Amino acid sequence: VSDETPNLEEGTPFEREVGARRGAELLAAGLLIGSAIGSVAFVVVLLASGDTQLLGLTFAAALLLLGGALAAAATGIAPRERAIEDRPRLADPEATADARERLAMLTEGVSRRRLLGAAGLTAGAALAAAVAAPVTALGPSVGDSIVDTPWRRGRRLVGEDGAPLTADDVPRGSFVTAFPEGADKRELGSPVVLVHEDPAKLHLPSGRADWAPGGIMAFSKICTHAGCAIALYRSPLYEPTSQPPGLACPCHYSVFDTRTGGEVVAGPAGRPLPQLPLEIGTDGVLRAGGGFSGPIGPAWWGVRKA
Amino acid sequence: VTDALRFIDERTAASRPLRKALRYVFPDHWSFLLGEIALYSFVVLVATGVFLALFFEPSLDPRIYHGPYAPLQGHEVTAAYDSALGLSFEVPAGLLMRQTHHWAADVFVVAIVMHLVRIFFTGAFRKPRELNYLVGVTLLALAVLEGFLGYSLIDDLLSGMGLAIAYGVAMALPLVGGDVAHTIWGGEFPGEVIQSRLYIGHVFLLPAVIATLIALHLTLIVRTRHTQFRDPPASERHVVGTPMWPGYALRSLALLAFVAGVLFALGGLIQVNPIWQWGPYQPWLGTNGAQPDWYLGWLIGALRIAPPVDVVVGGYTVIPEPFWGGVFFPSVVFGVLYLWPWLEQRLITRDLSRHELLDAPRDNPRRTAIGAAFFAWVVTVFAAGAADRIFLSVGVPYDTQVWLFRAAIFVVPAVVYFLARRWVAPS
Repeated sequence: VSDETPNLEEGTPFEREVGARRGAELLAAGLLIGSAIGSVAFVVVLLASGDTQLLGLTFAAALLLLGGALAAAATGIAPRERAIEDRPRLADPEATADARERLAMLTEGVSRRRLLGAAGLTAGAALAAAVAAPVTALGPSVGDSIVDTPWRRGRRLVGEDGAPLTADDVPRGSFVTAFPEGADKRELGSPVVLVHEDPAKLHLPSGRADWAPGGIMAFSKICTHAGCAIALYRSPLYEPTSQPPGLACPCHYSVFDTRTGGEVVAGPAGRPLPQLPLEIGTDGVLRAGGGFSGPIGPAWWGVRKA
Repeated sequence: VTDALRFIDERTAASRPLRKALRYVFPDHWSFLLGEIALYSFVVLVATGVFLALFFEPSLDPRIYHGPYAPLQGHEVTAAYDSALGLSFEVPAGLLMRQTHHWAADVFVVAIVMHLVRIFFTGAFRKPRELNYLVGVTLLALAVLEGFLGYSLIDDLLSGMGLAIAYGVAMALPLVGGDVAHTIWGGEFPGEVIQSRLYIGHVFLLPAVIATLIALHLTLIVRTRHTQFRDPPASERHVVGTPMWPGYALRSLALLAFVAGVLFALGGLIQVNPIWQWGPYQPWLGTNGAQPDWYLGWLIGALRIAPPVDVVVGGYTVIPEPFWGGVFFPSVVFGVLYLWPWLEQRLITRDLSRHELLDAPRDNPRRTAIGAAFFAWVVTVFAAGAADRIFLSVGVPYDTQVWLFRAAIFVVPAVVYFLARRWVAPS
């Protein structure tokens, strides 16, 4: 598709109106002066108070009035034209054939093309692999660190301020965040959420009978779905009609049933919230009775489902 | 000016291409401005971003906050969060720049999406513009990623929650997820090095790639010239419109000034991302009602309504659940977008010829109906991301909504397709 008429190669005007429209010049001049006032006002505000709203208003005014002046110049002052132009010719079979021929010159008179081609590809692939290899320096491969948490039997539970927590620090109807004493709080395996429920109503999985002394339970605070922090606790206001207590993540609303030891009752999480066994020491301080019931944090392919 | 032109021409032979460029013809249609709005938002992003970079400290080193914001005084924060608070409360015009930068990012992605919608429904992606369409779709993906990196940098509570989800999604990649996530984060989440990696990505790598692709996008447009609606004397052979100089250049500069003016007005007058209210991030902290920037809403929606299915083989979680919403869904969306020019060619039009004139949506009712259904599908998932907000404002229980949305992602596109086929008749 092409038209060889030479005079249409560049934008050729076929409608043209020259000369400023009435009032356009005064309008543009006024807007430009208004814009200048806006800019000056911006500087004054910046030096005087620095008020964000006034800064935004004055600078926006300077820009919008400038835009208005430019629009006025485009539509009412500079020559108004409509032009027509040839669309460029895109395909040129002759040039394509010629280029192909020139590219083929590389192998002119070469007999072992396939051997050289294969060797070249091998070198290229090996070089690409070598160039990509330093990527491994960016981080360790996923190993045991991810399964390892700071929790050990007997490790005391402390609050955000580092003070040891006793059973009395965990009220009913709310939750408390706790950490292993002396550990790095930012590690995903550290934070746990403590809840206090009626021991008679718990149906913990077998083997966890002594994990909740006095009805106090600890669960990993990191959601097993995508790793956000569990930050919501649903406590029944009136048992007969309320839903059972649950811990929820505010990112995608996975809900875990505390009475059954963290089973998923709603939302996208695929694994129960890992539970941490608790003991109460002779000093009354809460202690871990061992490690979590399962791997903490978001799932990855190596996570085994118990 | 004559002398300057001669000076340059004698050294670069620039006058001939300049003469041609000054007469480049731009068709006149309002919908062609959408791409320009995206371009000018990017200009504002670079300008405000340079300002912010002069003050922002990309480091997670802990320090005690001593700035003017009383509720945080004496709290331990990171250097990144501290410097972002400093930009908000202490640096002259800092809050204006920060908020304008944020608004510009939101508008940038809106404009790209609207531009894509225009391109899609008018068939502007057809031969000879398929390559440029691919560049455009890539720019959309990079713009979303760049925006995510930007608000992840600040280390406020929302940015930390977003990064936690990103880590969860990376971990969910089948077989390689654990290693990929540990490579990106330099170990287990949250770690320390992620901050400097986000920073170099946000202020250098991605902007450089985006700027390069924008240049390629524009170059390819100039090579093919603009498309145009059927409006004689415009034809498959001729493009008709306003020449670059003087008409179009003035108009486009006016648009630049308007876009920048509106963005600075938004940045000055309408609060966005008040990081001091969210507080600093710690892995054990979360907040209810957390919503990302709008352009990530479709992903949080997908993560929320995806079925709770882990694929477990031999006890190993080969495909963890976040894969469906965080990887599979966006891959399908971008896969369809990338392949559309060829899907349409093979399945609908069987038309391999060159098209310089645009379709009106009624000219190709099947494309229009499929496109409307496709966009309705994505918008439905997007709306699901706001289910917790809908619960608060309308009262429909969250669990009920999840099931409603799961049904809606099938029903809504079907209904939209049906209605579009009924309403859109070929002219």
